[in-house]
Amino acid sequence: MVALTLKRKLEILSDAAKYDASCASSGTVKRDSVGGKGVGSTDGGMGICHAYAPDGRCISLLKILLTNFCVYDCAYCVNRVSSNTPRARFSVAEVVDLTLGFYKRNYIEGLFLSSGIIRSGDYTMEEMVAVAKSLRIDHDFRGYIHLKVIPEASPALVNEAALYADRISINVELPRDTSLADLAPEKDAVGIKKAMGRVRLGIDQANEKPIKTKPPKFAPAGQSTQMIVGADAATDGEILAKSAGLYGAYGMRRVYYSAYSPIPDTTSRLPPVRPPLMREHRLYQADWLMRFYGFAHDEITVQGVDLDLDIDPKLAWALRNRGDFPVDLNTAERETMLRTPGLGVRSVERMIDLRRYKQLTLEDVKRLTRRLDKLKPFIITADWRPGALTDKADLRARLTPPQQLSLF
Amino acid sequence: MRVVRLASEIDFVGWREAARSLRGQGVAPDTIIWTVDGEGDLFADPEPLAPPSPGGFTVSREFLELAEAVILHRSAERFSLLYRMLWRLAAEPNLLRIATDPDVVRANDFARQVSRAAHKMKAFVRFRTVGADPEAYAAWFEPAHRVTESVAPFFAKRFANMIWSILTPDVCIHWNGAQLAVTPGADPADAPGEDALEDYWRTYYASIFNPARLKVDAMTKEMPKRYWRNLPEARLIPDLIAAAEGRTTLMVAQAPSQPNRVVRQMARTARDATFDALSPQSLEAVSAGVDACRRCPLYKEATQGVPGGGPAPARLMLVGEQPGDQEDLAGRPFVGPAGQMLDKALAEAGVPRSETYVTNAVKHFKHALRGKRRIHQTPNPSEVTACRWWLDAERRLIRPRVVVTLGATAALSVFGKATPIGESRGIALQLPDQAQGVVTYHPSYLLRVPDAASKAKAYMLFVQDLRFAWELAS
Repeated sequence: MVALTLKRKLEILSDAAKYDASCASSGTVKRDSVGGKGVGSTDGGMGICHAYAPDGRCISLLKILLTNFCVYDCAYCVNRVSSNTPRARFSVAEVVDLTLGFYKRNYIEGLFLSSGIIRSGDYTMEEMVAVAKSLRIDHDFRGYIHLKVIPEASPALVNEAALYADRISINVELPRDTSLADLAPEKDAVGIKKAMGRVRLGIDQANEKPIKTKPPKFAPAGQSTQMIVGADAATDGEILAKSAGLYGAYGMRRVYYSAYSPIPDTTSRLPPVRPPLMREHRLYQADWLMRFYGFAHDEITVQGVDLDLDIDPKLAWALRNRGDFPVDLNTAERETMLRTPGLGVRSVERMIDLRRYKQLTLEDVKRLTRRLDKLKPFIITADWRPGALTDKADLRARLTPPQQLSLF
Repeated sequence: MRVVRLASEIDFVGWREAARSLRGQGVAPDTIIWTVDGEGDLFADPEPLAPPSPGGFTVSREFLELAEAVILHRSAERFSLLYRMLWRLAAEPNLLRIATDPDVVRANDFARQVSRAAHKMKAFVRFRTVGADPEAYAAWFEPAHRVTESVAPFFAKRFANMIWSILTPDVCIHWNGAQLAVTPGADPADAPGEDALEDYWRTYYASIFNPARLKVDAMTKEMPKRYWRNLPEARLIPDLIAAAEGRTTLMVAQAPSQPNRVVRQMARTARDATFDALSPQSLEAVSAGVDACRRCPLYKEATQGVPGGGPAPARLMLVGEQPGDQEDLAGRPFVGPAGQMLDKALAEAGVPRSETYVTNAVKHFKHALRGKRRIHQTPNPSEVTACRWWLDAERRLIRPRVVVTLGATAALSVFGKATPIGESRGIALQLPDQAQGVVTYHPSYLLRVPDAASKAKAYMLFVQDLRFAWELAS
């Protein structure tokens, strides 16, 4: 076999990693390199996106696979064993050097390392842990590390991964367990859940108040997961129910949704399609409503029902629940205001601030929000009442953003 | 008009002192001209400021923080905006809560833009190595607002053990591993040239991009074009965008690919395992199984699978290569020209055909079309291996004492390795199942030998080998 250059390996192994949506470098502890030997800092809150690709996605981390050789045959994955994609494998030292080289030039916040399964789950996980360990111990690297966990790997290895990594993630892959059996025959839905459960226990343990000795570090930025959308027949209702379960059971920081994207080498088991990007966007909006706006998943949409692609899920909810509107912005509770379409967390907080000093008018609302016309049917201010507008039959049509026309 | 001169564009301390003094004296906002040292020639020299009046006044921590941020904005009106707000705070102590007040809106906008500029500086500075020292770096950067000095501690903490400089048109900051130093603004020419790793970074940038998800607006919103000229990766963007649609269309339109070699091998192994469990128990089962066999792709172009023929059990088994054109059509082995040659030689060697089982190493006819003719092609080792299972089944059922391999393909199948005929013929070779193996030519070889003398000699050897085998078997 011809030896690949490092650049060619980087090309193959970053190309292979791009289907993982997450590139977050947020939510970990605060630390820096003062007093150490190496480089790196994290600010504890939000991460930094060092570049954006033309797909609009943030590039925060060096997101690569250790190898794209894989013994699994997951239909949706370009790296499945039956794919004819070019293969490569980094050595531990190569990944360490690239990470440090990129970091010192301020290209990245750190490393997101994933891998195809070679030999066994444990062997693969050991190699990944070796990278993180070398960065942390040999090079005193204090930047961000995200490790993908192989669910089959032994709990001891996962614990070691969590000791060096800020975040660890295990992909649930598909919304339905039955689709996982069909499309990823080697993966085991129960095994994935068990691994997530162990991670949660580890995180909880590390966050307990120390009685005598401080418990060892365990992934301070928590765990996340990813679901592929559009590769199986699961509806948005099922997907959101699954997410709600994941947030609840395993304390996920994030569930990422990744529109099934055509890959350069497809299998007849899963034909290529254009990625359902709008559907993915609506799922993110719905997910946001669950996490920050106090919505339950079955308020947004129920089992068997997809989200409305034309309007955002909060507006769709409001249109179904017009009895709850209009909301008087001068008197309503915060929770009620958050459920009003067109109002975000920040504008609600400013309004609550402001109304202690004056009666809110439509002009005030206009200054604090982006689209007043979308808001007007749902609110009452000192100088505005929507009257019959809230109940108009064509309200949905009025509020649906115009479709972009394509050149014919 | 009062002219106030501050020490620099970001002189927060100077502005705060001046503002404290001016408000103490009741100088109204619209009577002050704020200037910065160096641009004062246009204006009269500033009047010295009165010392702040005793007692003074207080403002909230929140206003001070807002002012500290707003000072860094490039807008010329920032000093007067802040002074006007300070002035109004006397009568409107809750001014900052009125998020819709035009001054508050403006100040909040400025502060947000400054915060964003600082964030983008943390993100978009690109260090390059300087000289031979692998741990010395410098960067050229053009911040949207005057945030360089406020961002310096971030870089000092992140890269505490490197030596680095960030050069900007406003000001330069330097870290020597222990201390931050500030020098006047620089020129892009002072910055180091391209870094060797930038090519790797571009490779990464291009590869991590998914062309099926083109969202140019989302990119430019977060990575505004004003930063592109100092980002080594940005030069790739136009080409990546231009090629994206074509790459996606191609991916969606492509036919599903065949699984790769490794997987086909694995699939074959799995399938063969199933066959093994259902091993045929009769020649009829072999015959039916051969016809239905999909272990290799040869069935696709062949008419039928051709099993062996003859009595069971039999003392002697003859193994040829594969069915030819005639055999493929007839469904019986050795019925074509080679079969006639074999019959003749068997008769001459004194071998009764009724005691002989005749079969092939490969049961389907491998050929290529030339016009309307089907031209024989030699089966490859994987096809021979796939079909060996059928031959083994036949051997189990026939239980021959001697197996004669006719030609190289048969020898490969029976002995499991390439066995040169010239060297191996004329001797009995032990086979694992207690049978003996005899190697000889394929009858079709005898048909192909060009000159008559060689042909006669080969035929003689062939008959000799068959007689040898029959003697071994008797």
